[in-house]
Amino acid sequence: MSKNTFLYSGLIILGLAGAFIFPAYKLQMSFLYILIVLAMTWDVQGGQMGYNTFGNILFFGVGMYVASSTQIAMFFSLAEWTDAGGEKTFVHTIPQFFQGFGVGILLAGIIPTIIAGVIGYGILGLRGHYFAICTLALGIAAGEIAGGIEIIGAGQGMTVPVWPKGFGTNASSSQFMYYLSFGLAVVTFITLKWAYSTRFGLVLNAIRDNEDKAEAMGIHTMRYKIIGWMVSAFFVGIAGGLMGHINGYIEPTEIAFAGPTFGVFMVLMAILGGKGTLWGPLVGAVLFHLFKEGFWTYFLGWQYVALGVLIIVIVVYFPEGLMGWLREKYPERFGEVIDEADRKAQVELK
Amino acid sequence: MDFLIFQAPMLMVQASMDGILLGILFALIAYGMALQWGVMNIINIAQGELVIMGGYIAYFMYLSGIHPAFGVIVSPIIMYFVGWGMYKLVINKVVDKDLFTSILATFGISILAQQLMNFAFGADVVVAQSNFGTTLLFDNTVTLPNAKIFSGAVCVISAIILVIYMRKSKLGRAIRATAQNARAAKILGVDTEKVYAATFGINAALCGIAGACIAITFTLHPYTGLPYTVRSFMIVIIAGLGNLPAVAISGMGLGIFEEWADYLLGTEFRIAAVFSLLVLILVYRRFKLSRKREYLK
Repeated sequence: MSKNTFLYSGLIILGLAGAFIFPAYKLQMSFLYILIVLAMTWDVQGGQMGYNTFGNILFFGVGMYVASSTQIAMFFSLAEWTDAGGEKTFVHTIPQFFQGFGVGILLAGIIPTIIAGVIGYGILGLRGHYFAICTLALGIAAGEIAGGIEIIGAGQGMTVPVWPKGFGTNASSSQFMYYLSFGLAVVTFITLKWAYSTRFGLVLNAIRDNEDKAEAMGIHTMRYKIIGWMVSAFFVGIAGGLMGHINGYIEPTEIAFAGPTFGVFMVLMAILGGKGTLWGPLVGAVLFHLFKEGFWTYFLGWQYVALGVLIIVIVVYFPEGLMGWLREKYPERFGEVIDEADRKAQVELK
Repeated sequence: MDFLIFQAPMLMVQASMDGILLGILFALIAYGMALQWGVMNIINIAQGELVIMGGYIAYFMYLSGIHPAFGVIVSPIIMYFVGWGMYKLVINKVVDKDLFTSILATFGISILAQQLMNFAFGADVVVAQSNFGTTLLFDNTVTLPNAKIFSGAVCVISAIILVIYMRKSKLGRAIRATAQNARAAKILGVDTEKVYAATFGINAALCGIAGACIAITFTLHPYTGLPYTVRSFMIVIIAGLGNLPAVAISGMGLGIFEEWADYLLGTEFRIAAVFSLLVLILVYRRFKLSRKREYLK
């Protein structure tokens, strides 16, 4: 236990001090925390529940649009804002900015949660590959529809309110976002760690292992599936809202509903780290982010080739992920008891 | 907007004709997908990329001075080997794993293929001019490019050839046997590995034909593959595996739906309409099946 306390406090101190130790990498690290949230919430469906979704990107995009639109619409006309296209400037005052920001981020969590609850009943009834393809289509359809709606800037996208002048120093904007995204990652981790230790986590695993049997045992699987999706949607929506501010600009298909980038990243990160484990997605997100930044910086132009190859290699040769591999190697560290006689018998059978 | 259908009824006839010719193309792609889904239990997300790749072969012929219509002969031959290589490199390792693995692996292939095509042919929208002229119908109110009629005919002919091949030839019999029961086929001496490779190759060849038709009738762009995958998936789940007439009909239905959506909602919502329709169909199917399940209870 003491080892764990040491680990957790070490990570938290590292996260809190990170903004001062690596001031030049604040933006990168905020991205990392957002990616961690995405990977961990994907794992609620993909790893723990066995429902491989490509559609969590929907909540990401909705959260992003909701947060910024609310912040703008509370004080200005949204249509004028998106029409202006930089020619006319609207400036939030300091209290306006923070009021709008708070309400926006809150709504960015709530609205995707409601959407997940409403569409969940229809979509979570699908199984296997039908679910995967349906959610893939859902994310892309949302992006295409958002690209056709005038009031949120259509295909051009919209700008996000800028940090109010005269509040703090130049660096305080990125510092603010850094700590918010770090806080979000910590809250997500704690919530999921707690949720996995309760009956809820057990039910999710039961659904993954055999849904029909779980239903026969008297579990209302649909209810748990929807709640699981709503939890994911809440955190992903807030992550989207923060991401809009970190990025400073929202565009429907490349940033908000970015199926081919973020939508795939979250799946890949979880699988890379080991899906179905608490730490796997986190470790996977860190590794993936390092890989991605390295490639995007030094081999620009080849990054999607590398991404494609990486997906194939991970899925084909490394489907268990890092944590799965460690688990196989050191099962006792994961609290699993191995019956030596049984193991020997299995080896002989092979 | 809603009244466009009454203001210009001839436009809707035009849209329907376009839709049918487009739908035949979709049906051919979907038939390839049904084939590999039925035989290997694999959903190939890179299906659309195979189509676009086939199209670029025809475009490449056009660039080097050969008439692009010959692409419908050359491109399936090249694509057969592309599909065969793809099977040998990646797909044979995911055949016996769960479906999601194959979806994700082919998704990786699709990203890779998009980017490689982008390097090879550039990110411009291209079209191979066929100079086939147009046909005018109904007092010159409906225009049909001859290229579209040509491509529709090519698709129908190749589908018929394929059906006969699957019925009569030895390989066709082996493929059907493997689809029914891979293990039993193996026991009876069918080399399933070879059959899988051939199936994937035939699927890629079908995509090649469709792609060459798309090159002369529509436009090509490295990143427009995914809608073709989604359309063929949609057609397959409506029509079911291995039901060719149903595949043809639902392909045409989808083509008509798409052209109508294009006219009535506006072009910017065309792709959105396709993807939303898929979601609606799947959700409808889920409720239909769950009613059946309750009835059984």
